[in-house]
Amino acid sequence: MTMNNDSDHKYVIETHDLDIYYGTFKAVTGVNLKVERNAITAIIGPSGCGKSTLLRTFNRMNELYANTSIKGEVTFNGQDIYAKDVDPVEVRYRIGMVFQKPNPFPKSIYENIAWTVRIHGYKGSMDEMVENSLQQAALWDEVKDKLHQSGLSLSGGQQQRLCIARAISIKPEVILMDEPASALDPIATLKIEELLHELKKNYTIVIVTHNMQQAARVSDYTAMMMLTEDRRSGTVIEFNETNRIFTNPKDKRTEDYVTGRFG
Amino acid sequence: MREIAVVEGFANNLDARNRRGVMWHMLFQASTVVGIIALIALMLNIIDGAFGYVAYEASVDPDSLAVNGIPVQDQSKEQLVALLQSKLSSGAYNKLNNEKPFVNRSQAEVYQLVVDRMIRPKIVGVWNLWPSLTQADEIRATVAKDHPKAELDFVSWLTTNFIVRPQTSEPLTAGVRTAILGSLWTILFTILLAFPIGLGAAIYLEEYASDNRLNRIIQTNINNLAGVPSIIYGILGLAIFVRTLEALTSGEVFGLVDPTTANGRTVLSAGFTLGLLVLPIIIINAQEAIRAVPRSLRNASFGVGATKWQTVWSHVLPNAMPGILTGTILAVSRAIGETAPLVVVGASTAISFDPNSPFSKFTTLPIQIYQWTSRPQDEFRSLAAASIIVLLIILLSLNASAILLRNRFSRRF
Repeated sequence: MTMNNDSDHKYVIETHDLDIYYGTFKAVTGVNLKVERNAITAIIGPSGCGKSTLLRTFNRMNELYANTSIKGEVTFNGQDIYAKDVDPVEVRYRIGMVFQKPNPFPKSIYENIAWTVRIHGYKGSMDEMVENSLQQAALWDEVKDKLHQSGLSLSGGQQQRLCIARAISIKPEVILMDEPASALDPIATLKIEELLHELKKNYTIVIVTHNMQQAARVSDYTAMMMLTEDRRSGTVIEFNETNRIFTNPKDKRTEDYVTGRFG
Repeated sequence: MREIAVVEGFANNLDARNRRGVMWHMLFQASTVVGIIALIALMLNIIDGAFGYVAYEASVDPDSLAVNGIPVQDQSKEQLVALLQSKLSSGAYNKLNNEKPFVNRSQAEVYQLVVDRMIRPKIVGVWNLWPSLTQADEIRATVAKDHPKAELDFVSWLTTNFIVRPQTSEPLTAGVRTAILGSLWTILFTILLAFPIGLGAAIYLEEYASDNRLNRIIQTNINNLAGVPSIIYGILGLAIFVRTLEALTSGEVFGLVDPTTANGRTVLSAGFTLGLLVLPIIIINAQEAIRAVPRSLRNASFGVGATKWQTVWSHVLPNAMPGILTGTILAVSRAIGETAPLVVVGASTAISFDPNSPFSKFTTLPIQIYQWTSRPQDEFRSLAAASIIVLLIILLSLNASAILLRNRFSRRF
């Protein structure tokens, strides 16, 4: 079975009563999220409340960790991505991911893109593909003279943009970003944030961040995650447009958190 | 010494802590020194045996073979061939001619045959390097007194001739070519069996096998197998390769008629037995190398929609390869030095023809060394010392080439 490509659904990714388990431990409880097309959705919250865990279930990366399982439903264009006949490889092809620590392949800059598109059967001009992808990631001008140097020879921020270029080279619909700027300095962070604004025209982006200013700056929607009352399991306590979350939160805990009064 | 401010409630024990550190430092250094001394002693012992004085007597006086005043070594090839033909039995002469026709042999080669077959020097005394250096005069005096006709030479047992000659029962003409070729053939089949299977098993266990009871039992048993004494693998090899699969290991299924009556005690059996022996070591090392590939790299690959196999082939294996090769180098080095399992599998102790196919009888360097050291005559111990040097050189050069190969792989971005 192939994934739907239709854009009829207003929401690209939806979760319905999603519980996420590590073995018998329920890490995330009862998440209902709707990720809007061509928008940036931020997931914020304190450490250890399950933000990254939640993000990884959106493209089934969670299955690469031992003993994980979910209850509930995650849909992509209305289709359950955990259905038996769905291949997780295809899910990850349509829903790309950028990680917290920049992780270019230990290959040349060129080959980072080329390998990625080649495994998906890309037949067109490779030079064009590499140039386009790097340009979209705002990296082309910095690396065009050293395409055959190692991806690891770049600075942290450049490496992260290379990872973004690699992710968008195969034209996914959604890009998941797990704290993409947390290992970078403010200037590199700014570049990534500017890039996100550009990418939003063509892609749907979900970003996990520790940095509330970043969420406020880049995102259209924000999901606030927090541990439940018994402090055992994370959940989304509030989900709304970003300016509403930051200026007029409904939940007291959200207000405490975004205003820095969280104790 | 500067006074250290002591906070109340804490003792000033920095000196004591430093002293303890220095003590351990010296202890560790001492253990290294012990190891190095042992190694040097070993090397000296080997070198001591491989060089020294040899006294030998000719069984037939070479002067008696001179013709018209021309000493035997200056005679023409034709004269020497005629000499051989007249003095050797016709069977022995024809055998030599069959091995390599006399027309194709040079004068030097024929002269060597005359020396080996007719003059037949016999060793009457052997001295190690140390006495040869320190008591040369006494040695000369002893030889002159006990064996007035003997010739005394300072020799190196390790010569080019020693390496290129086949095994014989005469210490002066014995060589290790048969054993070197046997070792190389054997190790070839060891690698052919153990590397692909070991790597395959490691990939399966690390990347594909789920964490269940069965796989944990398999894993534990592989770890245990790595510690099984090698002679037990010899018995296993004897049962499987020599007996059960005799038709295969003797080449019968390939239509070969076995003229050497190896009955399955062939290069192939030996190589596969050693292959089984090192298989667990290769698996464990490869698993560790694969496990050391960082998760972030796997994530990167899966994150762009690569399949498991694409991830393993393009990222995990290239990154694990240096480690896998290091493990294989260690395992193969061990296999080259193994003796016990090959004794059980049926290494030949005395063969003079080279192994030339997987179905040949074989001997290997360690077997040859073992056999020579168990002889009562001193001269064979010198031969063993020379073979040990040959074995070490082969081992080191195989390791060096494997390390070069590994460095090529690890020249990464």
